[in-house]
Amino acid sequence: MIEVEDIYFKYQSGTEALKGITLKIKDGEFVAIMGQNGAGKTTLVKHFNGLLKPSAGRVLVDNIQTTKSSIASLSKTVGFVFQNPDHQLFSETVEEEIAFALKNFGFNQETIEKQITWALNLLSLTQYRKTSPFMLSGGERKRVALASVLAWDPKILVLDEPTIGQDHEQKEILRQFIVQLQTQGKTVVIVTHDVEFVAECNPRVILMREGKIVADGEGKEILTNTNVLAESSIVLPQIAQIFAQLESMRLPKNVIDIYEAKEILQRAYGRQKE
Amino acid sequence: MAVIETRNLTYTYPGATKPSIIDISIKVEKGDFVLITGPSGCGKTTLCRCFNGLVPHFYKGEMKGEVVVSGKDITKTETHELAKYAGLVFQNPENQLFALSIEKDVAFGLENLGFSREEMRKRVDWALNLTGIYDIRERSPHEVSGGQQQRVAIATVLAMQPEIIVLDEPTSFLDPLSAQKIFEVIYELNRKLGITVVLVEHRLDLTAKYANRIILMDDGKVCSDGETREILSSEETRLMGVGIPKATLLYQLLKKEGMSLGTITPLSSDEMAKILLEVFANR
Repeated sequence: MIEVEDIYFKYQSGTEALKGITLKIKDGEFVAIMGQNGAGKTTLVKHFNGLLKPSAGRVLVDNIQTTKSSIASLSKTVGFVFQNPDHQLFSETVEEEIAFALKNFGFNQETIEKQITWALNLLSLTQYRKTSPFMLSGGERKRVALASVLAWDPKILVLDEPTIGQDHEQKEILRQFIVQLQTQGKTVVIVTHDVEFVAECNPRVILMREGKIVADGEGKEILTNTNVLAESSIVLPQIAQIFAQLESMRLPKNVIDIYEAKEILQRAYGRQKE
Repeated sequence: MAVIETRNLTYTYPGATKPSIIDISIKVEKGDFVLITGPSGCGKTTLCRCFNGLVPHFYKGEMKGEVVVSGKDITKTETHELAKYAGLVFQNPENQLFALSIEKDVAFGLENLGFSREEMRKRVDWALNLTGIYDIRERSPHEVSGGQQQRVAIATVLAMQPEIIVLDEPTSFLDPLSAQKIFEVIYELNRKLGITVVLVEHRLDLTAKYANRIILMDDGKVCSDGETREILSSEETRLMGVGIPKATLLYQLLKKEGMSLGTITPLSSDEMAKILLEVFANR
């Protein structure tokens, strides 16, 4: 469980990035943190694995305060995948990249081997096992970064913009994978701008603006709230955009899922026919 | 008139066991807004790198076939010469920014082209304003966010006002509204100044409505090339797992169920909402 209690954070440049954030993320939850550039999303999640320590307030991960624990031990619990894979990749081959953290955490060779194979397979990277990460495309490098964190099986996973550069199929795999992690009781926190991806997953959405939380609730409620989204520079998902324009038809308003949209429109069409 | 033409283009990176792009023959006409899409790793970025000569001049490797950009054979033209015709915005902005201030980065290309001071000032300010970074022009490009860096990268190319702008997922780090604004700017330059745009994107939800043409790639090859609505309404495209806009997909799903929605495939939620409103009003 992640507990954030009234935290504030100021960068050395003087920018106040977080201004009183309180939230609780339970085990097994899937949370999307959204908001415009500079809202403080990445700053907030960097507090979850102790990369940043609050200037005021406190953060507890599984009841341990992050200031009282090292980044190394926290990161075993909280796996963090950065927005830009180039900030975390450095090895000669994809395989070594994934092995690096596993070795540091002291896993035995057999486990390391097993975890590498598992992670590569999961993210369709098996063919690149011996390839340099820098030979791969942006989307593929992003997957290598994800594989290297998944390999040590952290209990909480924080993914900063995981869908950037990913094609439709990879996003679908990611979505299914997150669902699978949840069934294992793992917590997944994503920071994202990808409203369509969030609309497909319907997680809990935490909306941030200027260092504060402005909305927190079910995805389909928040992503159809035109006013609060406009203030946060978030575009509605396409299905919600369509429904917002069909006001005169008196359809339900909180629709973001395409299949739900289809059923509703079909029913309305059938009703009119009678 | 074709401003970009490739003939049987095949290219292999040094040390790679197989080519990244295979036998590609495409033509981009002047004034086109072309969207190139396809699964991750399909060769989109590599193809774009040919348009300003980074492939093969910088990346070396083995190239077969021909690439002609603004009438120049890229293998016989130096990259700084090609840069006058085709401006490239990379996927990862960090790779292209280097100056001490954002403003200097934007001015750099112009300095090299020998513009007068006033003309340079005018163009730099214009590009900074269009991309919404005028206020941060004196900051270092390396201390601003990924999204801001992308704006800088776009501004550097816009300032040059090249005939062709090639953008490789140029707004991936930007929030959706900011991304939309940038696409609107590019679309306007396309329509008003006739600048040819080649855009690599996965997010067709955001971009399909701007493109008059889509090139679909898979596994290093071009598998479809045609008018936007035609490509997005084809069964083949859907099966390829391309992220068709939800508005287009909803139209297809409802049509399959027998709803009569007309014959024009919508590309945006506005178009789809209009179709639905008409259908329901006429019943």
